[in-house]
Amino acid sequence: MLLKNTYNEFVKILAKPRSYLGIGALTLLVLLILFAMKADGKSFISFVTASFEQTLSFNGNILNGNLIAFIILQMLIVHIPLLVSLVTGDLISGEAAMGTIRMMAAKPISRTQIVLSKFIAGAVYTLILTLWLGFLALIVGKWIFGSGDLIVLNSDGLVILKEQDILWRYGLSFGVAYLALLTISTLSICLSAFAENSIGPIVSTMSIIILFTIIGTLDVSVFDSIKPFLFTTHMASWRSFFEDPVPWTTIRNSVSILVAHNIILVLIAVYKFNKKDITS
Amino acid sequence: MENTEIIKVQHLAKNFGSFQAVKDVSFTVNKGDVFGFLGPNGAGKSTTIRCMLSLIKPDKGQIQLFGKDLNQHRNEILSRVGSIIEKPDFYRYLSAEKNLAIFARISGKDVSKKEIAEMLDFVGLNGRNRDKVGGFSHGMKQRLGIAQTLLHQPDLIVLDEPTTGLDPQGIVEIRNLILRLKSEQNKTVILSSHQLSEIELISNRMVIINKGQSIIEGDVKELLNAQEMVVQMEVNDMEKTVNVLQASFQSASFKKINERIIEVTIEKQLVPSLNRLLVQEGVEVHAMEPKRKLEDFFMKIIQS
Repeated sequence: MLLKNTYNEFVKILAKPRSYLGIGALTLLVLLILFAMKADGKSFISFVTASFEQTLSFNGNILNGNLIAFIILQMLIVHIPLLVSLVTGDLISGEAAMGTIRMMAAKPISRTQIVLSKFIAGAVYTLILTLWLGFLALIVGKWIFGSGDLIVLNSDGLVILKEQDILWRYGLSFGVAYLALLTISTLSICLSAFAENSIGPIVSTMSIIILFTIIGTLDVSVFDSIKPFLFTTHMASWRSFFEDPVPWTTIRNSVSILVAHNIILVLIAVYKFNKKDITS
Repeated sequence: MENTEIIKVQHLAKNFGSFQAVKDVSFTVNKGDVFGFLGPNGAGKSTTIRCMLSLIKPDKGQIQLFGKDLNQHRNEILSRVGSIIEKPDFYRYLSAEKNLAIFARISGKDVSKKEIAEMLDFVGLNGRNRDKVGGFSHGMKQRLGIAQTLLHQPDLIVLDEPTTGLDPQGIVEIRNLILRLKSEQNKTVILSSHQLSEIELISNRMVIINKGQSIIEGDVKELLNAQEMVVQMEVNDMEKTVNVLQASFQSASFKKINERIIEVTIEKQLVPSLNRLLVQEGVEVHAMEPKRKLEDFFMKIIQS
């Protein structure tokens, strides 16, 4: 029954116009960045490398597909949560608003299975969005700008990664970026279990992200103890794969925190939905 | 052998915060019944039906369907139930056949595309299979709701206000459909409706609920026959009519509507005598019309 209802969820997601809105918006944003980089990427790069030019000499194709993919990922990882929650935040509450949740819940499928099928569908949608981002950023980026070594500016300084040492880093960084986006998807579905309208969980998800991000950036000691446990603190952990050496312990810690968030949010949603009286 | 009691609800109670939606509801539905579920707005009908479909968890009481406890055998029981609760809601952005396929997939029975097409044909939606439900009228959604209810061939059908918003032709069609389900397929149907005449026409048993409590339950004909009936009479001499009533029918009560029409509440078996005596006294009885029995019975029960 779980598989059958998960299939149902895919049918619904595929039929909803807003599902394509996210993919369309993402495509447009990436194409916009690619166009901007093609048109004026060299001056953008020289602005970043200017401070190093007195001590370093840059040879070869710096503005390559690897750097473009890094720039795109860095720029968009902030905006994709909105595109994710636009679809996933509606999965339970949208059905409550439409009245179809009443018809579903009167069928011989457990409420836990209803919620889990929505989480699986949300996870697959988020995966498709992440893979599409990866394809546009890395494959299309390399096709337009070619390949080459990757120069990354970190807080510690400049890191230069060899061309043949990059692909596995992208693979893993997209994996961690997916986990971060999955947390957003799970959060919005969880909030959706508490709501009876479509817009509430979407707005609430974005509000929580903004609130946690502000807490994370505020340099106030009172928040120091909670900062490591906020999922927003670990949303940029994908960047750690572009450090040399890779800080595996930090990454493992971030992955653990994100996985824990996902598990807890799923459990809260299942508990809430099972306890809920369906009166809509 | 399967228990002939398809539904047994005992001392059901449900509170929403401080509001007591259902206080004490008990009733039994037997196999093959078309069971009327009556009560004014806010009586607790919908809450009771939702409890029976495990949409709402009751605070107290027991619900057994097909002889099994609903809490312990939820999925097994619900696979044998088809329902429309209040109004049929569908995915507006999907076609009629895709909507049916979605609900069929989780109904506990494999339903083929051919069966879906046949069901749409059965409810009069042939040719609209691929149209999006967003463009359907209320009546069409009701028909689709009926199709969704019947698609997995349930043994028990729960219809909460199935004719709301339908035109007269649609009401007759739904009524005939329910009667066919009973006569041809021996389905058990629970019918909650504000249309009292509908219950009177198609139900064999009923329960009346008021203020969260079941007031009376039984065979529709027995309940109605046992009661006094209200007869509206058109007579040419109101004074003589009143004299006859006061002299010979002390148990009857009456209300003068105007100079020619009087409404008499009287035991059913005394109606022929009343007519005979009036004629003997020289009163011309131009019309003698029984008022809707169930409406009066319902109002009497609710008011008492």
